[in-house]
Amino acid sequence: MNGSVLFSLRLSLQVALIATFFVIIVGVCIAYLLARKDFKGRELIDSLVTLPLVLPPTVTGYYLIILFGKSGFIGKHLFAWTGWNIMFTWYAAVLASFVVALPLMIKTARAAIESVDKNLINTSCTLGRSEVETVFKVILPLSGKGLVAGAVLSFARAMGEFGATLMLAGNIPGRTDTMPLAIYTLANSGDRSGAHIMVLIFTVISGLFLYISNRFAMRTV
Amino acid sequence: MGLSVRMFKKVDGFTLDVKWDTGNDLAVLFGHSGAGKSMTLQMIAGIARPDYGFISMNGKTLFDSSMSINLSPQQRSFGYVSQDPALFPHMKVRDNILYGTKGIARTEKGAMVNEVIRLLRLDGIENRLPSEISGGQKQRVALARALVRRPDALLLDEPFSALDTPIRLEMRKILHGIRREFGIPVVLITHDMDEACAMADRVIVYDRGSIGRTGRPGEIFADRAIRRTQRAVDVQDTPRDVHRILFCVN
Repeated sequence: MNGSVLFSLRLSLQVALIATFFVIIVGVCIAYLLARKDFKGRELIDSLVTLPLVLPPTVTGYYLIILFGKSGFIGKHLFAWTGWNIMFTWYAAVLASFVVALPLMIKTARAAIESVDKNLINTSCTLGRSEVETVFKVILPLSGKGLVAGAVLSFARAMGEFGATLMLAGNIPGRTDTMPLAIYTLANSGDRSGAHIMVLIFTVISGLFLYISNRFAMRTV
Repeated sequence: MGLSVRMFKKVDGFTLDVKWDTGNDLAVLFGHSGAGKSMTLQMIAGIARPDYGFISMNGKTLFDSSMSINLSPQQRSFGYVSQDPALFPHMKVRDNILYGTKGIARTEKGAMVNEVIRLLRLDGIENRLPSEISGGQKQRVALARALVRRPDALLLDEPFSALDTPIRLEMRKILHGIRREFGIPVVLITHDMDEACAMADRVIVYDRGSIGRTGRPGEIFADRAIRRTQRAVDVQDTPRDVHRILFCVN
C-alpha cells in the first residue's frame, strides 16, 4: 500500500471517528428531547434535523458553505474573531460527515428511547431519582443497544460521506482527500489498481460495520 | 395528619372530581374500572397533574393549584406500586431495591436493604434478574423497593390483581406485616370485594369520577347499591358473595 492510500484510510477513520463522537453526544441529546419532551415545534425540529437524510449531499454541502464559508452567516464571524476559516480543511470533512450522519443517530436513538417503558421512568421518579439519574441509570442502559446500532450506522455513513465533503473540504491530495474522494480521483485518472485496493478496503470496513449494526438492531428487537 | 385529597381533572370526556381524607390507616379505593381510582393515585404520587385541587400529606402541601404549588414525584415521599411491578430489567433484585435508597446515608443502605429483603421474604433471590423470578416475587421486590426509603405512605394500584389466589393471600399477609412494621398509611386500589373486606380499615367507593360513599367495609358492603357496583365488576351476586357481605358486616 502506498502512502496516499494509507493517508486517505487514516484520514477517513479520523474524520469518521471524530464526527461520530459528536454525533453520539448531540444526537442522543436531540433524540431525548424529541422522544420525551412535549414542546411547540417538536416535529418541525425533527424534520429540520432529518433533512440531510433526504437532501442530496451536494445540497447539504451548499447550505454548509452558506453557513460556514468565509462570508457565511457563521463563518464570517468565526473568521473575524479567529482569522481562521473551516473551508478546505479536514475539519470541514468532519463537519460535513457530522451533519449527514446526525439524522441516522437521531432517528435510531429516538425510537430506542421511546421504546423504554414509561412505567419504568415514572417508577424511577417516584423512587426519588432525578431526571438526570433516570436518564443515565434507566433510559440509556435500556436503549443502549439501539444507541450502539445508531452510532455504528452513523460511523459507516460518515466514512462514506462524499458530496458534502467535496463541497466544503474540497478534494486536496494529502490534506482533505478521504477515501471516497481518493477513490473518485483514482478512478478518474485511470489508476485502476489503486482504486481496486481502496474500494476493497472500504467495502470490507463498511460491510463489517453494517453487520455489527444489524446484530445490535436484532438484539434490540 | 394523614393524606388529604381534593382534586378535579377533565380528560377525554371523563371528569374526576373527588375529595377524601385518610389518617394512618389502610384505605381501599373501590369501584368500576375507569372510575378514576388509578388517576387519583398517579396524581397523589405526582406522575399526573390535576387541573385544580389540593393534596397534602402529614400537613405538608404537595399540590395546591391556588398557590401554584406542585411538588415533583421526587419531592414527594410515597412508595408507589402498580399492577405492573416495573422492575428495572437490567438490574438484579438487590440493585432494584438499592435504587430506592436515594437520600439514605451510604452506611445505612445495606442494613435497610437487608431489612426489607427479610420482611418481604426475598432471601435467596437477591442476585437474580427480574426475568428469572416469578410474578409474586416481582411484586414483593417492587414493594421492597418502594418501602426501603421509608416513605410517608404506600400507594398500591391493584398490585395483586394479576397474581394467583394463594399468592394473593400471601401478599395480603405481607401487607399486614408491613403495616405493623412501618406504621404508615396505605392507599390500596382493588376490584376484589373479598380483598377490600380483608384489608381495609376504610373503604372509599368511586363512581364514575366522583365519591359514592366512604366508611368501614361493613357499612359499605352491606349496601345494596354497592352490591350492584360489585356485580358490575363481574362478580355475580352468588350465595358466596352474600356470605362475604355478611362476613364484612359482622
